[in-house]
Amino acid sequence: MAERAPLDSAADERELARGLRDGSAEGFERLVRTYGGRLLAVTRRILRDEEDARDAVQDAFISAFRARKQFQADARVSTWLHRIAVNAALMKLRSRRRKTEVPMDDLQPAFRDDGHHADRFVSWAEPADVALGRQETADFVREAIAELPDSYRLVLLMRDIEGRNTEETATELGITPNAVKIRLHRARLALRRLIAPRMQEIAS
Amino acid sequence: MICREVTEFLMDYETRSLAPAVHQEFELHLSRCSNCRTFIVQYQETVKAGQRACAEQDADAITEIPDDLIRAIMHAIRAARQT
Repeated sequence: MAERAPLDSAADERELARGLRDGSAEGFERLVRTYGGRLLAVTRRILRDEEDARDAVQDAFISAFRARKQFQADARVSTWLHRIAVNAALMKLRSRRRKTEVPMDDLQPAFRDDGHHADRFVSWAEPADVALGRQETADFVREAIAELPDSYRLVLLMRDIEGRNTEETATELGITPNAVKIRLHRARLALRRLIAPRMQEIAS
Repeated sequence: MICREVTEFLMDYETRSLAPAVHQEFELHLSRCSNCRTFIVQYQETVKAGQRACAEQDADAITEIPDDLIRAIMHAIRAARQT
């Protein structure tokens, strides 16, 4: 099991930044041990394939090593590395054969001509927190997220799962903040549609 | 305001970014439309469901970086240093 390095105090952050800029083997290894696990979680979520996720983390650290002199002293190492890891994962995602994507329009709420919802919604049997206590429901929700087209899935992952703000997400994905907002809303609406049948039937 | 607009404005309503008059119209619609109230609860539950499902995945997985991957990365870094 890898050693978990201490993290997150300002002194640690400065030390890690110094190791990054120096490019020393010890400094860099500390960086890999400290942030590697978190970055692996990020690339796993984006790529959903263990080998690809590991490759992306490795590519990210090599890119970081090569670009270490561009690291600004006042930046956060974690943020800088996160951006590089997301980029590495996106490159890998684009190099894969495209999966057949569900049409997002089909997963949006339907309205009648008068603007009212076409469907009658029924309250879900249990709040999400309770329902998600069941492993199979958690698996189902993750599969539903995976069904979303990548351009929507990535926004949902960064905003709702990783808790990045709109501007950070826009910068990392190379889209406008407004596009982030629109895609997030459509992704949530689509995800609701995908999980609704399951959430409704849980108690029955 | 109609259901279609409520759906459209939902995210801005939740972040309190709607103009006061629109916010008021939104709430007026909600007070009269139980279908939209149910829909909004489901929308909020969906966000929570995604968060919870992914948090469990992270907890299940090893969030530390495996030693063999560290070795592979450091090997690649040493190679990069020489090029």
